Amino acid sequence: MNQHRFHIDVIGKTKIWFAISGIVILIGVIAMFVNGFNWGIDFTGGTIMEFQIGKSFDTADIIKILNNYKVKDFQVQKIGTKGDTVSIKTSPISNETRLSIIKDIESKYNLTENDLIMSQQVGPSLGAEIKFGMIRALLLASAVMFIYLGFRFEFEMSGAAVIALLHDVIILISIYAIFHITVNAPFIAAVLTVFGYSVNATVVIFDRIRDNLKIMRRSDYAKIANVSVNQTLTRSINTTLTTLIMLVLMYFLGPNALKDFALPLLIGIISGTYSSIFISTPLWVLIKNREKRRKTSNKPIKA
Amino acid sequence: MRSRGFIKFFSVVLIAAIVAYVAFFGINVGNYSISPVQKHIRLGLDLRGGVYVLLEAQGDITQDAIDKAIAVIKNRVDALGVTQPVIAQQGSNRIRVELPGMKDPDKAIEIIGKTAQLKFVGPDGQVILTGANVKDSKAVYGQSQTGVQQPEVTLVLDAEGTKKFAEATQKFIEQPIAILLDDKVISAPTVQNVITNGNAVITGLKDFQEASELATLIRAGSLPVTLKPIAYSSVGATLGPSAYNASVKAGIYGVLLILLFMAVFYRLPGVMADIALLIYILIDLIIYALFNITLDLPGIAGFLLSIGMAVDANVLIFERFKEELWAGKSIRAALEAGFARAFRAIFDANMTTIIGAIILFYMGSGNVKGFALTLLIGVISSLFTAITVTRFLLLALVDLDLTRNIKFYGA
Repeated sequence: MNQHRFHIDVIGKTKIWFAISGIVILIGVIAMFVNGFNWGIDFTGGTIMEFQIGKSFDTADIIKILNNYKVKDFQVQKIGTKGDTVSIKTSPISNETRLSIIKDIESKYNLTENDLIMSQQVGPSLGAEIKFGMIRALLLASAVMFIYLGFRFEFEMSGAAVIALLHDVIILISIYAIFHITVNAPFIAAVLTVFGYSVNATVVIFDRIRDNLKIMRRSDYAKIANVSVNQTLTRSINTTLTTLIMLVLMYFLGPNALKDFALPLLIGIISGTYSSIFISTPLWVLIKNREKRRKTSNKPIKA
Repeated sequence: MRSRGFIKFFSVVLIAAIVAYVAFFGINVGNYSISPVQKHIRLGLDLRGGVYVLLEAQGDITQDAIDKAIAVIKNRVDALGVTQPVIAQQGSNRIRVELPGMKDPDKAIEIIGKTAQLKFVGPDGQVILTGANVKDSKAVYGQSQTGVQQPEVTLVLDAEGTKKFAEATQKFIEQPIAILLDDKVISAPTVQNVITNGNAVITGLKDFQEASELATLIRAGSLPVTLKPIAYSSVGATLGPSAYNASVKAGIYGVLLILLFMAVFYRLPGVMADIALLIYILIDLIIYALFNITLDLPGIAGFLLSIGMAVDANVLIFERFKEELWAGKSIRAALEAGFARAFRAIFDANMTTIIGAIILFYMGSGNVKGFALTLLIGVISSLFTAITVTRFLLLALVDLDLTRNIKFYGA
């Protein structure tokens, strides 16, 4: 019987995989400079109000009310399955302005205070704090992962794993820049979770390489890496599938707060699975071969 | 062998079923009773509706200032009659206030954010002193007339206060003077002596705890801390439950699809993994109940994600198991080898997720901590179920010896 079902030459096509990721990241970087990020209220500060108006309405009427109070940078959107609910997002405004707007909208549509189904205000100072906290957390997580894997495996592997995980974070950020998706606090939670997940996927392959290095002593690194990737491919696909099943349902059936978590996790987990196979493993082979060449060229050659 | 396998398998299923029944319906046996987990799992504000306010203390901030501010807010929230409020310090100079069931954030901010007002009022309703007249207040142990140690609250008044208080204590001797904070009576001691030196003592307190609370409230009214709301949110009573129902629906469909996937792809071992997954979900819910964890929407997101990831350990074991079967080993030997070989990968893979979740829990902002916590609990308990429950069930399956056709083992 076969040792495994797949015989994909991952290492032989290393350049293709690196090119694919390179292109996505390049478009992403361009988008970051051209579009910037769509920072949500958690970062910019501002106000969100949702009124259940209960009948059809014209957003222009609400915009008129906002203009009366000279509100800058606002977004008025119909939401909900029936389209009878309005979501209003504004830049930070004073309490008096906000209360006046609420009063005007309530009187225009004969609403009671129960119809203001959600309201949120975030001060502008919190955003910078969250961003700074995120960068610190990411740096700390990278360092801890690098050290942990270095001791459990070898530093060539932990280096490759950490590069792959930075790859996943950059891909995730790129996609948010390209499609101008709103970035809120859950995005940061997702990024850190992707950190764990990406390394998790890589660890399983490296664990196999660790075993195969002992069994296949005569094979070169490329061969060992290829066999290991193929042996663990079913696991990589199946684990990703069960996680994706949950995330897809959270995204399509869950409330907005769950969507904010599910979307970045979906992107990050697909990227994490991809990078464990197509980035970290080929990278490990590159690092190992380079070391080998350096060692052999340093040896005195006997005639 | 078969009967042993049968006993093993059904004992796990039976124990799980009994635990599940007790967990969801509760039980009463004699003097002992366990109420259902639903009663112990607190739902977050985003699920049951309410107001959340994050306040920042302004100016020179000491821990005493924050303690005073928290004492004042507690005092006011008590008067509101809100059930299960949360008033907690966050960082060095912030206070998080959660008021379930409240609708209007502006009213909440107005009530909890206003500057504290301390008054001493005589039995005739006239104001004797205000907070500005009180220089300090402390809880101490003093000696009663019979020489017994007792908790007391000391008051030090300024010059104007000393004069006014001397007049008042003379006028109202043997009568009570009420101390009001924000128009709520916090103490009403009876005047026992005329106090002319501006150093008063309140006695008759239950314990030192009560004395120190009273002193804190008096200090809060004498040197009030200004609080500024820097973020708030309110969720209406209808939005929360509908978000909860939508999340539960997504979760149930997700679990059903995962159960189906595992059973179809891995056959008999897959069915065992399914039983283990249901036990895993049960364990998680019991942990939330035991530790009184507040489940908010981010928490639910972490929980659902952890369910999706929980079968990973099983997948790793089963894949190794299949390889060993293909290599020609017997089912029992293949299973033992599969477990042994998969364990290291399972351990290292879970550790990386645990590291990520711990960092997120300590460094993440308040609204993502719930996610980190449920994810962390999930990863740890899935590690536990994979190496105990799944293993036990699979060994039972081998003992049961239903078939030796390796196709039924997913190979």
